Amino acid sequence: MGLVTAAVKTTQLRKIYPAPSSKRSPAGKPPAASGGAGAKRPGVVALDGLDLEIAEGELFGLLGPNGAGKTTTIGILTTRVRPTSGNAVVAGADVTREAVLVRRRIGVVPQRPNPDRNLNARENLVFHAAYFGIPLRTANARARELLEKLGIVDKGESKVDQLSGGQQQRLMLARALIHQPEILFLDEPTVGLDPHGRLAVWELLREQHQQGRTIVMSTHNMEEADRLGDRLGIVDHGKLLAVDSPDKLKARAPGGTLIQLSLDGEASAVVPLAGALPGVSRAEANNATLLAYSDRGGELIPALIRAAEQSGRTVKDIHLSPPSLETLFISMTGRKLD
Amino acid sequence: MSAIPEKVHAAPPGAGKVFYALLLRDLVVNRRELPYFLLRTTLQPLLFTIVFGFLLPRMSFVGRAYSSALMPGILAMSLALSSMQSVTLPMVIDFATNALEDRLLAPASIRVVALEKIAMGILQGLAAALFVLPVARLVMGPIDGLTLSHGIEIAAVALLGAATFSALGLLLGTAISPQQIGLIFSAIIGPMMFFGCVYYPWTGLDAVPVMKYAVLVNPMVYVAEGLRGSLTPALPHMSLAAVLGALVLLTAFFCALGLRSFERRSIA
Repeated sequence: MGLVTAAVKTTQLRKIYPAPSSKRSPAGKPPAASGGAGAKRPGVVALDGLDLEIAEGELFGLLGPNGAGKTTTIGILTTRVRPTSGNAVVAGADVTREAVLVRRRIGVVPQRPNPDRNLNARENLVFHAAYFGIPLRTANARARELLEKLGIVDKGESKVDQLSGGQQQRLMLARALIHQPEILFLDEPTVGLDPHGRLAVWELLREQHQQGRTIVMSTHNMEEADRLGDRLGIVDHGKLLAVDSPDKLKARAPGGTLIQLSLDGEASAVVPLAGALPGVSRAEANNATLLAYSDRGGELIPALIRAAEQSGRTVKDIHLSPPSLETLFISMTGRKLD
Repeated sequence: MSAIPEKVHAAPPGAGKVFYALLLRDLVVNRRELPYFLLRTTLQPLLFTIVFGFLLPRMSFVGRAYSSALMPGILAMSLALSSMQSVTLPMVIDFATNALEDRLLAPASIRVVALEKIAMGILQGLAAALFVLPVARLVMGPIDGLTLSHGIEIAAVALLGAATFSALGLLLGTAISPQQIGLIFSAIIGPMMFFGCVYYPWTGLDAVPVMKYAVLVNPMVYVAEGLRGSLTPALPHMSLAAVLGALVLLTAFFCALGLRSFERRSIA
């Protein structure tokens, strides 16, 4: 479609995991499916018809809370998860039918570092390069360069167990880049990193982006999404809710500051009074939380507290958010990101 | 179907090249762990050798002829169990920690990764047997009827036996959770060893006909009997043709199941 070639294109992508057996189910998973066509027992719907198109050279952020389907999406795009239905094309190849072609063109940074623990840090990179047919000398040179950029060159000969979590995560980034993939996938790449490590990763991603590499990353960090992404897709319950540049998304955020009042009971009782206050553009309830969008910033807090008390509720906590991706996100999904 | 122009790649590796790189990785890792590997896989057979092949004959509880029956059995046990364990144990851990991911992302079919594991298991089984053979011979002293003149038969049995057990190791490695790893030793290796014609020849079971046919489900029987047939051909043993046929079938069977199970575990 269009003039720009798609690096990633998914059509009606669905993934239903088999119902977890008696063992514990992954936390925060969306509700079970009500038994699709031919399904004997309900499974866990992770993706529910996801349509996504990412252009070549884009730095695309998938933004969503835990359990929204981000990891499943990246899993399918990187050939590690089989879609239940729908299809996905990555770098021109179908992820199910041409998985080998896809793997040849992508680099993947997992959510949790999973280095080869029998190899040292440098060997992790060199062997990964060897799986991609890169000669030893080239691989060693690239490994050194990447380790240097990521500030772990002194750890090259260390066992991976001697690297901190953040250092291991940076090693994963180096591993994903050593074979110079066309598309780089990262699943929450900065989760375990300290601020310093996070900046190093952002720096490297920007540099890779400038060199024209397509980057697809998932995150539930607003700042990361806002600062890095050319375009963001907001996902929840396995669906794409919105996709646009961070600025345009922010412009779509409902007017004003979001004031959230945590109450001692169901918040719907307060909605009529709160919604009628001058300066409140919108008020809604989410269980015991009252969400009010204020055109006058925090000035409306006393009036909102009075409204709550008049409705028989006590205010236990107050949270104020200026218009941002976060307020947009809350207005779309009814919940916070983390 | 795609308008994306082919990017410049340093000659994308074929399946063979990926296989070779995976094998190289395993060789490097295993060379470092060689002493542990030998200790893990050959200590038990050697202890059996000392007790049954040295002490008991000295005490005259068993005759000298027993060594001839025992030697191929001990060798079969080393070969089979090291093949199996070399594949199973690391795989159980790798699946639990997701550490296999960098290999599952290699640009080749998932089956290449699994087949490389089988190949590595075969090499490790052969290495264990090659280590045990001279040591056992040293402990037991001269063994009546032992000959290395049937090289092709020995090689065929050893290779197919190692392949059968590596493929079985693949199946177990994909099917067992880390919490159940102890079960491998108690529920699988134990019965396999004791009812695998390791410590007695299959023809000896003529005395207990039910057992003679019941043990045929145990793959170890064919490795032990095959090595008897090729290392001590003058002594009673199962027909080599039957042994080789059974090992080919078992290898194919375990490979098919193991590969399917591996793919299921690898792709969610």
